Amino acid sequence: MIWETVRLSLLSVRRNVLRSFLTLLGIVIGVAAVIAMLTIGSGTTEKVKADISKLGSNLLVVRPGRPAGPGGPGGLDQATRPLGSKELAALVAHLSGARAISPASQKQVRVIFSTESLTSGVTGTDSAYLDARDWKLVSGRPFSDSENRSGTGVCLIGETVRQQFFGAGDPEGEIIRVNRTSCKIIGLLEPKGYTGFGQDQDNVVLMPLAAYQRRIAGNRDIDSIYVAADDRTPTTELLPRVEDILRDARRIPPDREDDFSIRDMTQIADAMASATTTMTGMLGAVAGVSLLVGGIGIMNIMLVSVTERTREIGIRLAIGAHEKHILIQFLVEATVLSLLGGLIGILIGLTLAGLASLTLAIPFAPSPAVILLAVGFSALIGMVFGFFPALRGARLDPIDALRHE
Amino acid sequence: MSGSRLITFDKVWKSYGQGEATVHALAGVDLAIRSGEFVAIMGPSGSGKSTAMNIIGCLDTPTAGTYSFMGIDAGRLDRNRRAMLRNLYVGFVFQGYNLLPRTTAVENVELPLIYRGVAARERHDLAMKALAEVGLVGREHHTPAELSGGQQQRVAIARAIVTRPTLLVADEPTGNLDTARTHEIMELLTRLNTELGLTIAMVTHEADVAFYAGRTIRFLDGHVASDAVNLEVV
Repeated sequence: MIWETVRLSLLSVRRNVLRSFLTLLGIVIGVAAVIAMLTIGSGTTEKVKADISKLGSNLLVVRPGRPAGPGGPGGLDQATRPLGSKELAALVAHLSGARAISPASQKQVRVIFSTESLTSGVTGTDSAYLDARDWKLVSGRPFSDSENRSGTGVCLIGETVRQQFFGAGDPEGEIIRVNRTSCKIIGLLEPKGYTGFGQDQDNVVLMPLAAYQRRIAGNRDIDSIYVAADDRTPTTELLPRVEDILRDARRIPPDREDDFSIRDMTQIADAMASATTTMTGMLGAVAGVSLLVGGIGIMNIMLVSVTERTREIGIRLAIGAHEKHILIQFLVEATVLSLLGGLIGILIGLTLAGLASLTLAIPFAPSPAVILLAVGFSALIGMVFGFFPALRGARLDPIDALRHE
Repeated sequence: MSGSRLITFDKVWKSYGQGEATVHALAGVDLAIRSGEFVAIMGPSGSGKSTAMNIIGCLDTPTAGTYSFMGIDAGRLDRNRRAMLRNLYVGFVFQGYNLLPRTTAVENVELPLIYRGVAARERHDLAMKALAEVGLVGREHHTPAELSGGQQQRVAIARAIVTRPTLLVADEPTGNLDTARTHEIMELLTRLNTELGLTIAMVTHEADVAFYAGRTIRFLDGHVASDAVNLEVV
């Protein structure tokens, strides 16, 4: 009986193609929106997580200036003392649980090779930097200790810089000019791609900190210190140790606040991931509203359908249909309609999400749970919004229904 | 007129409205139809003939009095029980054919069998047989829009007889047809009456249509005005 009714309702869907299509449209759009939003959203979350892990895993970043917080801007204010070799030395000497500790100072500088030029992020650092940031060399070697100490004019370049100057060629041994000083390329960095904020992480030149300070920055300051935790030490444990050592090194009295900030990249990653998850949920909820509107569309069309087919209902009742037969017929019809809409919506939603993941360069992350939920929800909408019209049809008086024009 | 009593009206009243505005469509009608009869029911509009037909077809119930169908007190049954009664024992033919649009002839004829729970294959066979009985071989897969009025009424008759009912209720079955088609349909009904022993109650306006029946009941103002056997004369 149920299969018979499903078959009949499919026939009725086919007999009224245009009307069925218009009814479906609401559900199709609703489900497509929900699926697309949630799929794109979870792709974005994955992308954000991946981006932040590119900065280095289990990484603490120390910067001068009060930490950003509620009530005032963080970062550099007037009284800020820069970081220097004193702090770096203190960390290297006293900090346990760190895999790598590395200073970094950075500036956008014009880099020239032959007749080509490029504005690049030039970073002065040491050989521990690669370890701290999980960065590998495609070819060449890192700075030697003596190069680090003496500030020799050697550098490692990123993929973007190589392509600009050498195309696919081997850059090793070539001399590039950075600002007014020349430096010899000794290695090529592994490509990292763009960050989620559109920053090219491969447009970089790394040189020994001493060389950078002397030839480019003109001071002995260190912009930031990267501290990578080893495998046994969570960053949350490492962070207070770093804070203690730095307070000591900078002789900050106990009643004064830190004049430096330590950012935990793991926490930032988690925070950003949870922010995108929240965003995804919100977008999904908004899309869900459109699904509700789609459901009201189903109810509307089913009411029209019941009115339009009053005679049909009359005939069916006259030749022996029970109330429940009519009720089931219209209920199944509404459910089949919205389920059909749901399935089409899923296809469209996934297609949209696929296109978006191509254009936005985020992972395509369809979730079976979300898809199942969408199917179940669209069927439920059909049943809920189809019930009232169906009941109205089933309660008709056969004599009146037959007389209906 | 030798069959047992199929239909009995015992002081049947049907009233609409309340108080001063009460209208009595039927005012204490007594009536009996035996099985195997072919009865024409006539009368001006508002005479109560349609109300009587609805009660006979178990679509409606009397306000007062007793309507007994096959010995069952059909006037006291609830909606679903009357639906069951109609499905098992009554076939309907209407003036406007009342076929499902965009549905083939054979699907239309199958409809009452669906509500009986007959399996698809058997349903199809029975429907094809019923269509053959009304002379529609070759038109089984046409939709109503592709059939003439006479053919549509034949589909409707096939739908009414596919369940092998005891009673056929026909409400002006030829009202929308021309003379030739009217003649054909009436011949068909007469044949069903004589060959299958189907009891037929038919409402009509036209005296020559009524003449196909063996008996004519005239309604006037909610009463039976006359009830007579049709004489076999030209």
